[in-house]
Amino acid sequence: MSASVTALPRRAWVEQVMGIPVSIHLRGAGVDTPEAADAVAAAFSSLRAMDRVFSTWREDSEVMRLRRGDLTIERCHPLVAEALEIGGVATRVTGGAFTMLLPGDAGDLVLDPTGLVKGWAVERAAALLADLPGVSACVNGAGDLAVVAHADLPDEGPDAITWRIGIEDPRDPTRTADVVALTRGAVATSGTAARGAHLYDPAGRRMVGRPGSTTVHGPSLLWADIWATALFVGGESAGAAFTSRAPAYTRIEL
Amino acid sequence: MRRIVLWAMSTLTLLVLLFSYHTSRGASTTVASSIEQLNDSASSTDTGSSGASSTDASGSSGSSSSSPSTTYAGDAVQTQFGPVQVQITVSGGTITKAEVLQVPWGNGRDQEINSRAVPILNSEVVQTQSARIDMVSGASITSNGYLTSLQSAIDQANL
Repeated sequence: MSASVTALPRRAWVEQVMGIPVSIHLRGAGVDTPEAADAVAAAFSSLRAMDRVFSTWREDSEVMRLRRGDLTIERCHPLVAEALEIGGVATRVTGGAFTMLLPGDAGDLVLDPTGLVKGWAVERAAALLADLPGVSACVNGAGDLAVVAHADLPDEGPDAITWRIGIEDPRDPTRTADVVALTRGAVATSGTAARGAHLYDPAGRRMVGRPGSTTVHGPSLLWADIWATALFVGGESAGAAFTSRAPAYTRIEL
Repeated sequence: MRRIVLWAMSTLTLLVLLFSYHTSRGASTTVASSIEQLNDSASSTDTGSSGASSTDASGSSGSSSSSPSTTYAGDAVQTQFGPVQVQITVSGGTITKAEVLQVPWGNGRDQEINSRAVPILNSEVVQTQSARIDMVSGASITSNGYLTSLQSAIDQANL
């Protein structure tokens, strides 16, 4: 927050990956080094690799081939089995408010890991930026973001690099309604204002299109994203599950 | 610093056009070519051959800390809607003020569009700076909404 921090060198990169705009921002003394540029390239490359495995918009992704029966789980990338495991845990801890089985075109339920892949992919990409000396990094995947910093950077004091994350006002996206300050961690927001009713409530078996948004911040983007979606579509039971099972996370309802 | 300013200027002018486009009946192809023209124009100021950049502290543009505020005015660019010119004030690498010097004001329709778009543009850019927001979390930062999002303004200012 001090003047010296706001004057730190800063650089940004933006690419369209996984069908969304992804911004990578670096702050600190080392942002212009070749190592930083290489790490950013590796982060984008990691996101593209996740897209090739998990995209439900590409017919040739492993998940789509798995859906069609062209591929077995055993022959998929090991990340697919890992996603299924994470999804199972997420369904359990959210009391059923999170699901990876979504209604398909034929009205049946099909495997759709989209609900956890974005946060997970952004978190994995951010991890590739955590070892740059003197650098703090923030990766923003269409509104869900992760902040990492080199191990030598403190979380408090004059040398801490703090990111002030504005939370978009769901009723007026040109404004922010709240601010979360982070040196390390994640912020995820779920809402349907921008894309209509695209979130599925597995308990009510319906798509949810209510106004407002749910933001969750805490240590991991994978879990902040899962909880934001679960809390947005879920009812009181999801809220109770969050309170008892996610003590490291904070919820903001707008 | 110079590069940052040029990016920011091209974004500002782009936003003006996008706001105009939302409320006008213009064809998208001509809007796209206007934007190209705007970006070309912003690049050309890089050579120093055109564009009126003025500074109240000469030689400050290279320093990264404790630099005084500097004002840059972009070229007036002819668009299908009329001339657009944007001026920004940069202090310590951040935009502290964004002003639209010139927008189409020829008829009632222009005035109606721009009296809405210009204050939104100005407050959007300056708000992210004055609230000292580094990034934005929100549900509307999709591909369709990105160009007019707060996150986009922040990205462009730091590219």
